[in-house]
Amino acid sequence: MQVTMTVNGDEVTREVEPRLLLVHFVRDHLGLTGTHWGCDTSNCGTCVLWMDSEPVKSCTVLAAMAHGRDIRTVEGLERNGELDPVQVGFMEEHGLQCGFCTPGMMMTARWLLDHNPDPDEGEIREAICGQICRCTGYENIVKAIRWAAEHPATAEVTA
Amino acid sequence: MTTVEEAPANPIGFGRMKRKEDPRFIRGKGNYVDDMQLPGMLHGAVLRSTYAHARIRSIDTSAAEAHPKVKAVITGALLETLGLAWIPSLSHDVIAVLATDKVRYQGQEVAFVVAEDHYSARDALELIEVDYEPLPAMIDAKAALDAGAPIIRDDIEGKTDNHIFDWEAGDRASTEAVFASADVVVEQDMLYPRVHPAPMETCGSVAYMDKVTGKLTIWCTTQAPHAHRTLYALVAGLPEHKIRIVSPDIGGGFGNKVGIYPGYVLSVVGSIVTGKPVKWMEDRSENLMSTSFARDYHMHGEICSTRDGKITGLRVKVLADHGAFNNTAQPTKFPAGFFHIFTGSYDLQAAHCEVTGVYSNKAPGGVAYACSFRVTEAAYLVERMVDCLADELGMDPAELRMKNLLKPEQFPYTCHTGWVYDSGDYPRALQKAMDIAGYADLRKEQVEKRARGELMGIGISFFTETVGAGPRKHMDILGLGMADGAEVRVHPTGKAVVRLSVQTQGQGHETTFAQIVAEELGISPDDIDVVHGDTDNTPFGLGTYGSRSTPVSGAAVAVASRRVRDKARLIAGAMLEASPDDLEWEKGRWFVKGDPAQSKTIQEIALASHGPLELPEGVEGHLDASCVYDPPNLTYPFGAYICVVDVDPGTGQVKVRRFIAVDDCGPRINPMIVEGQIHGGLADGVGMALMEVIAFDEEGNCLGGSFMDYLLPTSIECPKWELGETVTPSPHHPLGVKGVGESATVGSPAAVVNAVLDAIGVRHADMPLTPAQVWRTMQGSPFRTDLAIQ
Amino acid sequence: MQVPAPVEYERATSVDNALALLERYGPEARLVAGGHSLLPMMKLRLARPEVLIDINDLTDLSYVKVEGGELRIGAMTRHRELLDSPVGWEHYPILRDAERVIADPIVRNRGTVGGSICQADPSEDLSAVFAALGAQAVIRSSSGERVVSMEDFHVGAYTTAVGPAEILTEVRVPIRTNTGSAYEKVERRMGDWAVVAAGAFVSLDGDRIADASIGLAAAGAEHFRVPAADAALRGAPATEETFATAAQLVSDGCDPVSDQRGPADYKRHLAGELAKRALRRATARARGEEA
Repeated sequence: MQVTMTVNGDEVTREVEPRLLLVHFVRDHLGLTGTHWGCDTSNCGTCVLWMDSEPVKSCTVLAAMAHGRDIRTVEGLERNGELDPVQVGFMEEHGLQCGFCTPGMMMTARWLLDHNPDPDEGEIREAICGQICRCTGYENIVKAIRWAAEHPATAEVTA
Repeated sequence: MTTVEEAPANPIGFGRMKRKEDPRFIRGKGNYVDDMQLPGMLHGAVLRSTYAHARIRSIDTSAAEAHPKVKAVITGALLETLGLAWIPSLSHDVIAVLATDKVRYQGQEVAFVVAEDHYSARDALELIEVDYEPLPAMIDAKAALDAGAPIIRDDIEGKTDNHIFDWEAGDRASTEAVFASADVVVEQDMLYPRVHPAPMETCGSVAYMDKVTGKLTIWCTTQAPHAHRTLYALVAGLPEHKIRIVSPDIGGGFGNKVGIYPGYVLSVVGSIVTGKPVKWMEDRSENLMSTSFARDYHMHGEICSTRDGKITGLRVKVLADHGAFNNTAQPTKFPAGFFHIFTGSYDLQAAHCEVTGVYSNKAPGGVAYACSFRVTEAAYLVERMVDCLADELGMDPAELRMKNLLKPEQFPYTCHTGWVYDSGDYPRALQKAMDIAGYADLRKEQVEKRARGELMGIGISFFTETVGAGPRKHMDILGLGMADGAEVRVHPTGKAVVRLSVQTQGQGHETTFAQIVAEELGISPDDIDVVHGDTDNTPFGLGTYGSRSTPVSGAAVAVASRRVRDKARLIAGAMLEASPDDLEWEKGRWFVKGDPAQSKTIQEIALASHGPLELPEGVEGHLDASCVYDPPNLTYPFGAYICVVDVDPGTGQVKVRRFIAVDDCGPRINPMIVEGQIHGGLADGVGMALMEVIAFDEEGNCLGGSFMDYLLPTSIECPKWELGETVTPSPHHPLGVKGVGESATVGSPAAVVNAVLDAIGVRHADMPLTPAQVWRTMQGSPFRTDLAIQ
Repeated sequence: MQVPAPVEYERATSVDNALALLERYGPEARLVAGGHSLLPMMKLRLARPEVLIDINDLTDLSYVKVEGGELRIGAMTRHRELLDSPVGWEHYPILRDAERVIADPIVRNRGTVGGSICQADPSEDLSAVFAALGAQAVIRSSSGERVVSMEDFHVGAYTTAVGPAEILTEVRVPIRTNTGSAYEKVERRMGDWAVVAAGAFVSLDGDRIADASIGLAAAGAEHFRVPAADAALRGAPATEETFATAAQLVSDGCDPVSDQRGPADYKRHLAGELAKRALRRATARARGEEA
């Protein structure tokens, strides 16, 4: 079957099997390998991207279900050569080590800050509690998101 | 536009600086194995046994081979013809690449499909029919040596039991004497359950045998690319100069990615058979069920002391469950790794341990998950035993530790099992942790709460690790001595490149090793490239695990950099027409003593070394040096951890309220990175103490084979970590640094467990202390956590 | 990663269209909404439907509103929407209590109320919640609509009253006065299934309990309830003693199984303990003493 969707602002159309998972669609068909996968049971969250402006676990969505929808991945965080504040925050506060959970964490962080520009530590921890990190113990991920909250972009960066 | 305040310039050397590798990761431009696409690449998938123990009567692959997208199906029978059905393990045993006679654990590899795409490969697995004859499964290590236990390794000639090895350390007789004459003796059984490193990225490889050039390239999730290359050469008879191993970016290792897994070998065979690149990426259940687990040590500990709490002896017997094959990654002479550091941080009169290794119908492994070669088991044992003794004596656990910690003047200290601890000021670290925690106030609060029926616990763990293996004469893996090389080259324009044998999986090597060179040569870390991960362009070494990167490779880099600096001195002398002995070094330049205006920067020297300058006798051109560093000893990072928990008596739920960690890893190359390493390890402790376990039922079904069952801590279970530091440099390391990658994973579980038991007032219960286990323990009936819960 | 077996895909444009597709494809077709129960099972190849009928465009089934003296929740309401719904919270705080501990925030963006209760996992939280609230399920087929009690809706483990060519469209909870509700869940870790969970609904008449009901998840309680406990609460004074009596009946009347979340004796204890805590909080809310 054919699916068409908007990905990071560009319309794409591809021929796919109905059972193809969205995470494999973006990685293997579109070459956007910033979105990762790490489990079989929708637990780890390394596959988080935005679908219709909400973070979702793309390993648990079919590409067919995303037909006609708007997708944003980590590759779409940077706009016109400017990094998103969450991207800068993760570098400033050492919020990443191996980098594997990082795209998913940043996509959730961006959504959180778009809806709650000044979250406290508890709200940040709750927002990312569906995503696992094995490297950082979460401390610096929280700090990175706080950094982004305290250094918002001056231009509109939301989808 | 995002504005950033004027950022301070990066330190020329040690200090806090942002990581150089981050820009690609935050853009989603990391290059992990599964990101790789090569022209014509095929996809492999492994068929795995559903039984823990069964004979294979037959395998019918005809339907799979007939699948229109399948290019090859490989079974053990084919591998046998290539001599590859079995390959040497890391511990002088063998592992099956594909089962031939029997399967010996649930999840063992039985067949390999190569297909045009991943989905078709998985479909084809269902078309393979295996006729199994189930056999009784042996999953309880405690029954492994019983008469009548199912024999697992009947592939070994003459094998009639499940015994692997016996090993001991320390002095049995003097320890017996100390125990016999002690006022107080406390015994305790304790299990360090089977757990799993579970990095976020699973294991995998892309293998390509280029038939024209005869070169085999394997992109692989490996923490030890050079060791892998040599092993492939020795095992498969492939010419070593025609093998290239590349570790691209790795999404976490934690010891899971040290060994050669059947899947990697199968991707190589798949490429040889099809002539195309073959990618194999395991899924998460494969990762949890078949790759290197960690721990599974059944320990019986004994501790003895005087009546007033002077610890005199420590003794332990261990039953080590190694799974179906002995495939533990540790130096050859030490089948139980470095477990004999169970002597811990205390001034003992005697110590002795015995370890018996056994087979079971479970996945092979045992050394992984930041264990520093079984130091996790040792540290847990001693820190739990000390608390058991405190409980027996009715003594405060901090006071008991303070009374018995080694004193600074006792270093270097040779413990009763032979380790020479290099340096340490233990009481200072413990006091610091207690000060940060507000220990006395916490004890007061505990008393007040207890009076109201509220349960609060405080747990301490004081650990000493032994890491940074080498030296090569004592430490080798399969005959490869644990000494590592490093090469430093300064380019004509004064920038530099350092090539490493070790392999980062998130530890920040592209930054920290640049900082080492920067510290030694005065070149900005921004101008230093760190090259790692490709056996074609890096020096030989044993890789990253056991916290050895900074102790071994860091030393190699420092020594190589100093050789560059020494050569630069000679060249500077020629440039300044001064004797080299009259020159002094100030970071970044050599200058004439007493006349500092007469100087040459390292950049100027680099350019001159490539130019027409007449060089002194015996000095070659260019500005580079290399070093193979053979560490004279291991290093001994240590720390004092305090955990505060609140326990709900009605449900058994545990909340970790606070965690204080004071670490001493010597000087810190990049404090930001060191703290990050510690944070991650502390989360491991919360996980293992409260929720992580791979248990098995009677049939050998793995009960921890997905992230629904193998639970990892989230941002909710982890508190804000409170860190402190002390610095006692290692006297034998060129930089004084000790390594820190595994410290927090080593030290934290005991702190959490001690805290929970302190809260509920019970001497011991085994991890993980889930709500069910806590509640049952409070009722006096804890259960075995390694088996199915009845 | 594990991936689903081949499957066909249809996207429904309306409820009627979904029903027509179900009728056309027969029992080997499955509706997919959030997909966070079905797709993982398909990846593990435990579920192998021939056709998936995607009902995510049925946004007219996504609402939380008060109508006809009832709180009405559309079957396509996402967990996150129910969690954030002030209407839901105002009348039945148990809904927010439960939604806070269902899965995780990202999964809650996709998972639906209808999908969860139709999955009918014995550990499923909303099933226990709606059992406690005495809710009703509205089921539509091409021949019309029928309303069934939650008790009739829950047939057994993984089985509901929804037939092969039917679709759950709404859950209804009667709105009553002087009520309080609460949910208490024990998990091994955030996001895990319940070890045991208990929800309580209480309506007061002065200091007496006019009506009450407890819903249990993961405790082997038939239809997620222990009727004897509910009966003991009705008409009794709203006191600790009454709660303790009910809790004991809950413990005795449920039938948990031992698994890796815990042994049966612990779960039995938990059922009673959490029922007590839920009753306590529900009563405090009914009295306006707690938010």
